Amino acid sequence: MDALILSRLQFAITTIYHFLFVPVTLGLSIFVALLETWYVFSGSYYERLKLKRLVKFFGTIFLINFAMGVVTGIVQEFHFGMNWSEYARFMGDIFGAPLALEALTAFFIESTFIGLWIFGWDKLSEKLHCLCIWIVAFGSNLSAFWILVANSFMQHPVGYEIQDGRAVMTSFFDLVTNPYVLGEYSHAFFAGITTGGFLVIVVSAWKVATDSVSREMFVRTMRRAVLFTLVGLLGVMGSGHMHAQYLATANPMKLASFEALWETEDPAPFAVVADINQDARRNDAEILIPRMFTFMVHNSFSGEVKGINDLQREAEEKYGSGYYIPNDVRGMFWSFRTMIGAGGLMLLIVLGMYYLTFWRRSHITEHLQCLKLMPLLLPLPFVANSVGWYIAEAGRQPWIVVGLQKTAVAVSPNLSANEVWLTLIGFTAIYLFLAVLAVFAAVMFIRRTQITAEEE
Amino acid sequence: MDLNIVWFILITVLFTGFFILEGFDYGVGMMMLGRPRNERGQFVRAIGPVWDGNEVWMITAGGATFAAFPHVYATMFSTFYLALFLMLLALIMRGVAFELRGKFQSPDWINFWDCAIIFGSFVPALLWGVAVVNLLRGLPIDFQMHYVGTFLDLLNPCALVGGIFFVLLFAFHGANFLTLKLADAGLREDLQRKSFCLGLAALIAFVLFGALALVETDIVTRPVALIFLTLAIVALILGCTSAKVGCNCRAFAASTAGIACLTVGFFAALFPRLMVSSIAPQWSLDIYNAASTPHTLALMTGAAVVFVPIVLCYQAWTYKIFRDRVTPADIHYH
Repeated sequence: MDALILSRLQFAITTIYHFLFVPVTLGLSIFVALLETWYVFSGSYYERLKLKRLVKFFGTIFLINFAMGVVTGIVQEFHFGMNWSEYARFMGDIFGAPLALEALTAFFIESTFIGLWIFGWDKLSEKLHCLCIWIVAFGSNLSAFWILVANSFMQHPVGYEIQDGRAVMTSFFDLVTNPYVLGEYSHAFFAGITTGGFLVIVVSAWKVATDSVSREMFVRTMRRAVLFTLVGLLGVMGSGHMHAQYLATANPMKLASFEALWETEDPAPFAVVADINQDARRNDAEILIPRMFTFMVHNSFSGEVKGINDLQREAEEKYGSGYYIPNDVRGMFWSFRTMIGAGGLMLLIVLGMYYLTFWRRSHITEHLQCLKLMPLLLPLPFVANSVGWYIAEAGRQPWIVVGLQKTAVAVSPNLSANEVWLTLIGFTAIYLFLAVLAVFAAVMFIRRTQITAEEE
Repeated sequence: MDLNIVWFILITVLFTGFFILEGFDYGVGMMMLGRPRNERGQFVRAIGPVWDGNEVWMITAGGATFAAFPHVYATMFSTFYLALFLMLLALIMRGVAFELRGKFQSPDWINFWDCAIIFGSFVPALLWGVAVVNLLRGLPIDFQMHYVGTFLDLLNPCALVGGIFFVLLFAFHGANFLTLKLADAGLREDLQRKSFCLGLAALIAFVLFGALALVETDIVTRPVALIFLTLAIVALILGCTSAKVGCNCRAFAASTAGIACLTVGFFAALFPRLMVSSIAPQWSLDIYNAASTPHTLALMTGAAVVFVPIVLCYQAWTYKIFRDRVTPADIHYH
C-alpha cells in the first residue's frame, strides 16, 4: 500500500473515531442544558437536590465524551496539512476560512465555558451557571456548522473561481449559504439529538433496571429523553430524505451509488438487496420494488433517475477520460441500508419506550429484565453515524473536491509509506486504548453513582 | 501596510498568546514530575478551569495560518509530519487525562493519568521549540515548497538546544504561575526555589541557543529581532531575581514578558518570511508567495478584529472568576 491509500485509511479512521463522540457532544450538551434549566426553575428543596445530582450525573458522562471529541478534533485539523498538503494548497483560500472561524467563534467559547461550567458550581449564580452549559451547547453546534460549511464545499463547490491552479473564494456568502450545508447540517444536528437522547435512554433504562434507589429519577429522565430522541429521529429522517432529493440534482452520481442504479430509468425501481458487480457495472441479481426510487426522488411515480453508467459518460465528456464512479458502490449500497435500518430500528425502540414510560409507567417494574438489556442496543446510533459519513465521503470519490481536485493528487508528496504506516498504527492503537479507558471510566461512574435526596 | 503584513502580525499575536497561556499549562504539567499525588492534584486543579481554553490558542493559530498562509500550513505540517504525530499523541493523552484522572478513585488510575499529563506537557514544549528554531534556521525546501529533507534533519543541535530552552522556559513560567495559584505556603516556597533554578537554567539555555543561532541563522542582520531577544533576556534575568527574593507576581509578569518578547523576536527575525529555505533564499515561503487572496485576507481580518477582543474579554473574565488560590481541600473536584 502506498502513502495515498494509507493516508486515506488514516483519515477515515480518525474521522469515524472523532464522529463517535461529536454527535454525543452535539445532542447531550443540549439535553444537559435542558436538564439544568429544569433544575434552576424547579421548586422544592429535595427535588432540587436530586435534580442537581442528575445534572452532574449526565454532565460527567458528557465531559468524558467531550474530552475524547476535543482531542481527536485536533488530529483532524492537523491532518489537512500533515497528510493532504496539496489539498491544503489548492483549497486553503476557501477551506482555511471556515476552519479558522470555527476556532475563533466556536472552539473558544466551548472550551472556555466548559471550564466555567465544571468548576463554577459554587462561584457562579445558578442562572449564570446554567447559561454556561447553554453556551457550550451553542458553541458545539456552531462548530459543527463551520466544519460542515467546509465539507459542503468539497461536496458541492460554490462561490469560487480557479486562479493560478488553485481555488479562490469569490463569495463568502455563497459559501455559507451553499444549499448543501442545509442538508448536511440539519442531518448532523438531528443525528446529534438522536445519539445524545438515545444514550440517555439507554443509561437511564439500565439505572432503572439495576439501581432501585435511583429508579424514580431515571424514569423521569427516560421520559424526557424519549421525547428528545423522537424529535431527533423525525428530524434526521426528514432532513435525510430532503438531502437525498437534493442530491439528485447536486450530486447524482453519489445518489445513484447509494442505490446501485447502473442504468438511467424512468421510472426507477428501488433495489432492496442487490448483488453488485462493479467490474461489469451492473447488478448480477437484485430484488426490486418497481417505481419506488423515482417516488423517493420526485414524490411521484413517474420521472427519470440517472444511472451510474450515464453519469460516467457525462463526467468523461466534462472532465476527460477517467473513472468517475465511486470505487466502492457495494460498500455504499449496504452502508446506506445499514443506516436506514438502524434509524428505523431506533424509531421502533423509542416508540416502544414511549409506550412504556408514558402509558405503563406504574407497571415499569414488570419490565426490568427487558430494560437491563438496553445497553446492547447502544451501538445503533453510532453505527448509523459512522456509515452515514462513510457514504458521504466515499460517495465523492474519486474527487477530494468534486469536479476540482482528485484525491490522488491531494496527498503530501514528501510522505513515504513507512511514515504513514507508523502514524496509522500509532493513532489506531491510541484510539483503541483510550476508548477502553473512557468506556471503563464511564461505566464505573454510572454503576457507582446514585441519585438520592440525602444531603451530603 | 497591506493585509499580508496585518496577517503576519495577527499570526504573531496568536502564537504569542498560545505560548504565554499554554506555556504555563505545560509548565504546570512538567512541575508535577516527582510530586506526591495530593500536590499533583492541586497543580491540576490550578489549571483545570482554563487549560482547555488556552489550548484553543494553538488550534486558532493553526487555523489562522491555514486561512491566511495556506502554503505555510501545507509545507510546515507535512514537513514536521513525525514530530507532529508525536505531539498529537502527547496532546491526546494530556487532554483526556485532565478529564479522566478524577473519574475513578484509585491511586494507580490517577498515577497513570498524571504520567500522561507530564509526558503530554514535556513533549509539545520540546517539539514547539525544535519546530520554531527550524523555521528560522532554514529547511531543505524546494522550488515547489516541498520539504525534501528527512526527519533527522530536524534534530540538529541548534534546534535541540532551542527545544530544551523552551522546556525550561515553560517550566519556569509554570512554576511562577503555581506560586500565584496555590494556597499552601510550604508548597509555594518550594516552588519559588524551583522557579529560581529553572529560570537560571532557562537563561543558560537561552545564551547557548543564542550563540548557536547567531552562527546558524541570519538573525544578526535583523536589529528588531535582536532588540526583542535582548529584552527577553532582560525579562528572564528580572524573573530570576524576582523569584529569588520572593516577588512571585513580578516573576510571573517577567516570564510572561519574556515569552512574549521571545515570540515577537522570533517572528521579527523571520519577517517577511515564514519558512526559510536552506537550499535557495528565493524558495523560502513568505507572506506574499504563501498567502491567500486579498479577498480572503480581508474577510479574515474582519473576523479577527471582531472576535479576538471578545475572546480576550471572556477568557479574562474566567481568570477573574477563578482568581482564588487553590487549597488542598479543593482537589475533590478533580
